[in-house]
Amino acid sequence: MPAVSKGDGMRGLAVFISDIRNCKSKEAEIKRINKELANIRSKFKGDKALDGYSKKKYVCKLLFIFLLGHDIDFGHMEAVNLLSSNKYTEKQIGYLFISVLVNSNSELIRLINNAIKNDLSSRNPTFMCLALHCIANVGSREMAEAFAGEIPRILVAGDTMDSVKQSAALCLLRLYKTSPDLVLMGEWTSRVVHLLNDQHMGVVTAAISLITCLSQKNPDEFKTCVSLAVSRLSRIVSSASTDLQDYTYYFVPAPWLSCKLLRLLQCYPPPEDGAVKGRLVECLETILNKAQEPPKSKKVQHSNAKNAILFEAISLIIHYDSEPNLLVRACNQLGQFLQHRETNLRYLALESMCTLASSEFSHEAVKTHIETVINALKTERDVSVRQRAADLLYAMCDRSNAKQIVAEMLSYLETADYSIREEMVLKVAILAEKYAVDYSWYVDTILNLIRIAGDYVSEEVWYRVIQIVINRDDVQGYAAKTVFEALQAPACHENMVKVGGYILGEFGNLIAGDPRSSPLVQFNLLHSKFHLCSVPTRALLLSAYIKFINLFPETKSTIQEVLRSDSQIRNSDVELQQRAVEYLKLSSIASTDVLATVLEEMPPFPERESSILAKLKKKKGPGAVSVNELEEGKREGGELNGGGERGGDNSAIATSNASTPSPSADLLGLRAGPPVTAAAPSAGSLLVDVFSEAGVNDDGFLRDLEPPTESSDSLLAEGPGDSDSAPPSVVSEDPAPPLPESNELLNKFVCKNNGVLFENQLLQIGIKSEYRQNLGRMYLFYGNKTSVQFVTFSTTVTCPGELQSQLNVQSKPVEPLIEGGAQVQQVINIECLTDFSDAPLLNIKFRYGGALQNLTLKLPVTINKFFQPTEMASHDFFQRWKQLSLPQQEAQKIFKANHAMDTEVLKAKLLGLGMALLENVDPNPENFVCAGVIQTKAQQVGSLLRLEPKRASSDVPINRAQQ
Amino acid sequence: MQFMLLFSRQGKLRLQKWYVPLCDKEKKKITRELVQTVLARKPKMCSFLEWRDLKIVYKRYASLYFCCAIEDQDNELITLEIIHRYVELLDKYFGSVCELDIIFNFEKAYFILDEFLLGGEAQETSKKNVLKAIEQADLLQENLDFQICLLPAPT
Repeated sequence: MPAVSKGDGMRGLAVFISDIRNCKSKEAEIKRINKELANIRSKFKGDKALDGYSKKKYVCKLLFIFLLGHDIDFGHMEAVNLLSSNKYTEKQIGYLFISVLVNSNSELIRLINNAIKNDLSSRNPTFMCLALHCIANVGSREMAEAFAGEIPRILVAGDTMDSVKQSAALCLLRLYKTSPDLVLMGEWTSRVVHLLNDQHMGVVTAAISLITCLSQKNPDEFKTCVSLAVSRLSRIVSSASTDLQDYTYYFVPAPWLSCKLLRLLQCYPPPEDGAVKGRLVECLETILNKAQEPPKSKKVQHSNAKNAILFEAISLIIHYDSEPNLLVRACNQLGQFLQHRETNLRYLALESMCTLASSEFSHEAVKTHIETVINALKTERDVSVRQRAADLLYAMCDRSNAKQIVAEMLSYLETADYSIREEMVLKVAILAEKYAVDYSWYVDTILNLIRIAGDYVSEEVWYRVIQIVINRDDVQGYAAKTVFEALQAPACHENMVKVGGYILGEFGNLIAGDPRSSPLVQFNLLHSKFHLCSVPTRALLLSAYIKFINLFPETKSTIQEVLRSDSQIRNSDVELQQRAVEYLKLSSIASTDVLATVLEEMPPFPERESSILAKLKKKKGPGAVSVNELEEGKREGGELNGGGERGGDNSAIATSNASTPSPSADLLGLRAGPPVTAAAPSAGSLLVDVFSEAGVNDDGFLRDLEPPTESSDSLLAEGPGDSDSAPPSVVSEDPAPPLPESNELLNKFVCKNNGVLFENQLLQIGIKSEYRQNLGRMYLFYGNKTSVQFVTFSTTVTCPGELQSQLNVQSKPVEPLIEGGAQVQQVINIECLTDFSDAPLLNIKFRYGGALQNLTLKLPVTINKFFQPTEMASHDFFQRWKQLSLPQQEAQKIFKANHAMDTEVLKAKLLGLGMALLENVDPNPENFVCAGVIQTKAQQVGSLLRLEPKRASSDVPINRAQQ
Repeated sequence: MQFMLLFSRQGKLRLQKWYVPLCDKEKKKITRELVQTVLARKPKMCSFLEWRDLKIVYKRYASLYFCCAIEDQDNELITLEIIHRYVELLDKYFGSVCELDIIFNFEKAYFILDEFLLGGEAQETSKKNVLKAIEQADLLQENLDFQICLLPAPT
């Protein structure tokens, strides 16, 4: 039986709960619940009207059943009825049921809103609070629509009771979070800021959460809060522990409010007013001083509350990043916590120090704690604390301590928890690359990584080591020797075989002079691993073998024999079989010269940002790797790749990629094609024949390199929410579906970059855009055609579905207010990551004379915008044209011309498409041929186009080949 | 704060409060996952952990775990003390609270929480003020119950 049942006695409820608790099995429980549900249902449906008490009891039982995890599909109406009861207890249960079980049943919401409205206007503070709690708990859009205007009035009215103000403030915050567009700033805003001065601490505590959230979105409108917050903070910090009576918590004055004040200040830069700033610095110093004072209580609550404020103050100091003195003091304080007996404090200190490490003022101070942090990594018993220690080591790493930190991380990896191994591997790989002074150390580190944690070494990591070895000829010999030694181990990880196979295939000759690593020894070593490996690795090894034939003619017969064996040439795996057949053929018919050209050493890779860094960033979320770090990574990565030594290669990229997929790229599965050497174009066709299929399939990267198959037409016709979508006049707060005409509007811009995108009676949207390589910038001009201002004007650009991973679109915020007759501008930056077919959606919302306008258009970003025109001679053109013979490499479309064909107009259109229009290439002067390279971040796709106008029938067959 | 969960050592959910809109299915999934994660942790481990893109702050009181999910910029230690203050409020109200009190008077546990936290933010941190509000409500309630006892049941 219940231990206490205070207040009322809903005896039936208590009995029911006891029954449930006494059930011996899940089945018994369900049986009892079903019995009760049937009972309640019959009561609700019965002829006899239930009194309020019974209704309350049954609604409460339903709530209990729901909280046990069962679905409840009735009783909502009875709960709503309870809301309008004038008995507090019934009303309260009604509200609780609604708060816990609400679903957006629109009819009910109307009824609920009615009841809430009545209670809000009842002037009974207890009822008002109940209603406000309900709004805050549900926070639905319908409620925001109904009450977003009323609540600010309640909040700032002079005669509102304190408790109601508190509820109103947080209620408004919840509505603002769910529907910011419905909470309109107004004259109440300045009065809300002044609640920071309220005498009632509870009111300040509640209001400050609202103010903080509003300040983040509208910093200018709320900036007066800074000086108010500083003076409030200063009063609290300097008060004696008993001054604040019940707001003192275990001898700490107003800890919640203090934390919130410090948090609010983090929305702003340091105060400009000298006096305010001085006062704030004084507060921060006092807080740091108090940390050194002996505790006023032994209770953990005392130290937690005190340290909560301290950590928040340190966050503010880090946020300002301008007071070296405070930063160093903060660092020393955290240093003390690193060895505190409370695990929680050690955890937080490690976490907080991570951010301190990135400040130039405190980086050195953080580094002094390296031994403690290493020790934490080794001895902490809680994996989440060890994780923090690893993060901090990563953050404090620089050239001076990289070797030590990398070594410690490597040795930790041997015993590290599985949950953090992958991340540790990425971190080690990044640090090793970033701070490598000598590359033999780098190679050793990565091979060690593979040895220790091979399963966790992702492809990015081993691709990267190969890129670097290929780009640095001073390390190639060392790398060959090291992998050769590493492969001697009886059980070595498959990733090691991959790296070993690749490097020996390229640079095995550098160690072949030593009889202990003669060509045959190398080959036998590699081949001894062959049978233990998966298909992709075997495929890679086969490529290494053919490279061996070129490097070491003396191995030719041995290798041919291997290729010829049934297990290769009749392998059930198509990929392996094809490679075996083709390599065997190549090695037997090609002359030494051809062989040498085809199998030439890999050309250097173009500089690129380390994909490992990107991966770590993705894994950890945006907060984990700072922009600085990325930039630095890029810079240092560049250095590693040989810096600007190969500036002239860029021009080669376009042409070579227009002709052939480079096998070297495929082998590594890297997305951007590396430049090929001067000999490549002539060897092009051979390379395609031998490698294109095989190479592309390697390592399952087919999908990355697969040519886009869409013709320009299908690309434009597609898009979500086609024509049967709702008309734009339907006013909903959710982004409207794209306008029916949006596809047509989009088509208008395929061949042009500037013009009017959209126009109706209210609004005109003009567009200007420019593209370079895989980047684009678009200027949108929103013109108000009326004489009335548009308010809460906002736009959002979204990439639906997979477009998200294909395009990176960033829009700058736009002015929320457009005066009548005025125009505002918005800049949108676009980065094409890989090929795409959908267009990004632009949603525009604003209020015109109180009515919400909501429309969605397609932004005219199409793949052809990223074309770079390429000139080529007739001979080249047709040679390449013929090479693109696979079905997915070409698309053809015959369509009727809509207009009379004018050569000049056609030329202008084709130029507008972005390709180079090639004169004197096609033998038929009526035809048009074009060439271009689509530039995306991931790859470059050469494309050829041929337009054959047929005047007689006015059909225009258009051929478009892509690769 | 995004949500607060109370569950027993056996993994039974005793109270759930969500401050962000989520569907029931998602709520159940989160609950299952978190209960499992937290129960698997050893006593001396730290009270914070990263989970998805949130921070989990939890503490055990007798047989009950109190578990809060907060956002990245929120303060872990002060959240720990939010939990403690809520426990104090329950303790004061029920008089040395135990798990059974919360089971049998779950509605009260919700009412107290609503007075203390609203929309995931501290509304009133003074113990006196929160309890005063609850006691006033109880007073209203008792009067009404008294009336019900006196009146003959409606026929």
